Amino acid sequence: MYNLIGAGLIVIGAGIGLGQIGGKAMEGIARQPEAAGKISTNMIIIAALLEGLAFGALFLGK
Amino acid sequence: MKNKATKHLNILAFLVIAFTTFNLHASSDAQEGGIVDTKAEVEAYILHHIKDSHDFNFFSYSDAEGVRHHIGFALPVIVKASTGLVSFMSSEFHHDDSGHVIVEQGGLRFAKIHSKIYELQAGTTEVAFDQAHHATNATQTLDLSITKSVMGILMIGLLLLLAFSSLARQYKTKQVPTGFGRVLEPLVLYVRDEIAKPNIGEKKYRKFTGYLLTVFFFIWALNLVGLTPLGFNVTGQLAVTAALAILTLVIYTASGNKEYWLHILWMPGVPYLLRPVLAIIELAGALVIKPFSLLVRLFANISAGHIVVMSLIAIMFTLRESLGVVGATSLSFVLSFFIILIEVLVAFLQAYIFTMLSALFIGMAVAEHDH
Repeated sequence: MYNLIGAGLIVIGAGIGLGQIGGKAMEGIARQPEAAGKISTNMIIIAALLEGLAFGALFLGK
Repeated sequence: MKNKATKHLNILAFLVIAFTTFNLHASSDAQEGGIVDTKAEVEAYILHHIKDSHDFNFFSYSDAEGVRHHIGFALPVIVKASTGLVSFMSSEFHHDDSGHVIVEQGGLRFAKIHSKIYELQAGTTEVAFDQAHHATNATQTLDLSITKSVMGILMIGLLLLLAFSSLARQYKTKQVPTGFGRVLEPLVLYVRDEIAKPNIGEKKYRKFTGYLLTVFFFIWALNLVGLTPLGFNVTGQLAVTAALAILTLVIYTASGNKEYWLHILWMPGVPYLLRPVLAIIELAGALVIKPFSLLVRLFANISAGHIVVMSLIAIMFTLRESLGVVGATSLSFVLSFFIILIEVLVAFLQAYIFTMLSALFIGMAVAEHDH
């Protein structure tokens, strides 16, 4: 039961984080479309790092 | 000439889609004929799929008399027992996974309990269990079997070797590859120019491109094979992803230059008292956290994908009573079809991210600071 609540909290946190990353990247691309490639690469790297953290927590909580 | 390349890409795309949709039918067949009826049985089926197995099972069904039939083939079991290496075919267990079927080989007795091979102590003929369902008179052996995952790795390794050696041979006689090589060439260039070069740097990328290419195509191919009805879950095995992460760890640790180690062990520009503390954090980051995040990410993404797809397929059994056969089947078909399309994307994305982060870590280790 508690680990399900924990999993929910992890997903909420990761969701907020991913939303921030994606949203800011979109803003950046809208402001400077010529930098789209670089921004999206960095966005994917940071999203992957965040995802690793979230999955690690989920994995440990299982 | 351009049309030919598009044609090959079309065939590739068609194969991917055909395979993935076929997966739905095959998996549903596998469950339809079986005893899967309740939530617990669906769960057991999914967990069984996620794990590695000693035989290659396409599907199973029960006939009118309730006898279980398994369609597939057996794989060799190789274990290191107390007297040395022992091998026999996994079919001798007759699909038993609870330790009831005993196999005698070379004077030793073996039983299979939850996909692990146990060796019975001398003189005993049956496995005894204690309260917690642990075997009391049998010891676990070192398992070196050709399991389903090992077979998948060998198969994909051979396919990649054939595809890429034929591509490499073509460059001896002509500038532009033909055939399947034309699909592979842009991918190779993509890994080299978009992943290796920007992250490692113009001067040193050549040395590491081979490893990055191997890892990229290995993971991608295995991820895609995992979406076919063959039922592989190779990149969803912790052992496989851990081995890949350790390879990356060894490569960036071994190629780290003087400045990389200086920044880990004795960070310049920081008060002296803080440096030992930082060294501990940096060492943990470089030796544990980086490879751990690599291995958990790949494992969790692929396993979660497989669980989601199979759970959505299982909707047609779990919701059959409340939605009716047609309703439950169409709901399950629509949901699992779109999730499988997303999984095709995830298969590429995870291979890309693993390669990208490997390149990033290698790049950090070999970077030259000008200050």
